[in-house]
Amino acid sequence: MKKKKRKDAGWYALFTVPLLFVFATIVLIPFFIGVGYSFFSWDGLPLNPKVFVGFKNYVRLFSDSRFMTSAGHTVIFTVFSVLLINVIGLAFALIVTTKLKVRNAARAMLFMPYLIGGLILGYIWKFILGDGLSYVAEALGSSSKLLSNWLLDPTMSMVALIIVSTWQMAGYIMIIYITGIMAIPDDVLEAASVDGAGFWQTLLKIKFPLLMPSFTICLFMTLSNCFKIFDVNLSLTGGGPNNATEMFAMNIYNEIFSQSNYGYGQAKAIVFLLVIAAITLVQVSVTKKREVEM
Amino acid sequence: MKKGKSIVANVLVILLSILWLFPVYIVFVNSFKNRAELYENMLAWPKSFSFEYYEKAMKKMKFFHAFGNSLFVTIISIVIIVILASMTAWMLVRANNLLSKIIFSTFVATMLIPFQTLMMPLMQEMGWIRDTLHIQMLDNKLGLVYMYIGFGASMAVFLYHGFVKSIPVSLEEAATIDGCTKFGVFWKIVFPMLKPTTMTVIILDVIWIWNDYLLPSLVLSSKANRTIPLSTFSFFGQFTIQWNMAMAGLTLTIIPVVIFYLCAQKYIIKGVAAGAVK
Repeated sequence: MKKKKRKDAGWYALFTVPLLFVFATIVLIPFFIGVGYSFFSWDGLPLNPKVFVGFKNYVRLFSDSRFMTSAGHTVIFTVFSVLLINVIGLAFALIVTTKLKVRNAARAMLFMPYLIGGLILGYIWKFILGDGLSYVAEALGSSSKLLSNWLLDPTMSMVALIIVSTWQMAGYIMIIYITGIMAIPDDVLEAASVDGAGFWQTLLKIKFPLLMPSFTICLFMTLSNCFKIFDVNLSLTGGGPNNATEMFAMNIYNEIFSQSNYGYGQAKAIVFLLVIAAITLVQVSVTKKREVEM
Repeated sequence: MKKGKSIVANVLVILLSILWLFPVYIVFVNSFKNRAELYENMLAWPKSFSFEYYEKAMKKMKFFHAFGNSLFVTIISIVIIVILASMTAWMLVRANNLLSKIIFSTFVATMLIPFQTLMMPLMQEMGWIRDTLHIQMLDNKLGLVYMYIGFGASMAVFLYHGFVKSIPVSLEEAATIDGCTKFGVFWKIVFPMLKPTTMTVIILDVIWIWNDYLLPSLVLSSKANRTIPLSTFSFFGQFTIQWNMAMAGLTLTIIPVVIFYLCAQKYIIKGVAAGAVK
């Protein structure tokens, strides 16, 4: 009996320890070291001293105007992107779940941008909305703000970021909405059409209420993804012009690796984690509540 | 009347989809144009198809080399993630004790942590390992693979865990009575049944690792190790951009993605849906 128990423990270790070891060295240890670093002031050079400053790094965040601006930009960007991605994604999902013959081809094409990485997407649009638009403007002899290099203008750069992340994510969100729409039982829809419900009535009174779980998933999925934007930010605008589109994640990166404020930058990174954890925990509690109600 | 309406609807939907991919069209056509032609009208179909800019872009990006690096890192990382995560998740479900619950909760909780929170301390730790233990984790593709296994572990374990719970134990018990070891039971009986989740994990990890920029940019510093996103980045950072050559470079990076998509479209859409809903 004892021998079997020891043998079972051996198997348990054999199956779990290899992954746990890698996981601990890559995720857990850096996490705890990171929390530690956030209480120190250090410029990243091994020979220079790390000075313990307690919560000073965290207090300093609130008077750091560049950081606060970037946090503000991230909120604006996230709100608009989340709305646009969900409206377009849901519209696409409704279109490709009709009985149209081209629905599968359409679904495949609309999803495509999601597979191209954020970095490459950013460069594609950098041409179109940057130099591309200014070529068109010159050819037409136009001096309108809409027909010039968007990436030289702070507001239009922000609009560009919202457009590009919508282009990237809408097809992805569409897939989740499709799963939700397909799960609506056919007899419910048939009953509605027998009772004489029109397109809009079916949509608003039957489909939307039944799609509530999908709304929750999509909303929070886009929320945390947009909040974490980095690749598109880097390749499309690089944070410019004049840091006007520097988002949260890029601000952290710059603080650590460009400004060499390792401790202070790490404190920002911890705050970043807390914000994302808050978003996700709200999501989990909302989803759970809804499941009970249904 | 009804039929006419449906044709119009079909045409409209397909037009919308084509319009959605218009940026890809712009990249493609401009990769063949010379400067003057590109400057004149960026929307027009190219007058002639010469692969001049493709050749130049390929050389500048060291395309095949970068492609090989990306392939190497992506494939090896995913094979190991699938093997280790499925084994771990199965054991955590079948030995359902307090330790298993703690381990599983730790995996799930860490899914919250954004990469930016770990990047700096991770690089410090890897630097320390290089200096003290003399294991070359940095600027080494296998070091990068090791890191991808660590970062990919949580989600893969989470997905497998959910699936294993739905498999009845009876088959495994029968095999144990027949004298199979745990190792044999897992590989002969359980792993084949996990195939749907394995496909999901593979698809999600391919999309993630193939396109990832930030982690490899911190880990791999020498030119010879560059993956596709890294070589694209340095390509765009090097000089004032020659757009026709840049467009050729971008087309080159999109082609493998399109081929992958055409080959595995059904699995990709299924995998992405399954990964998101859980």
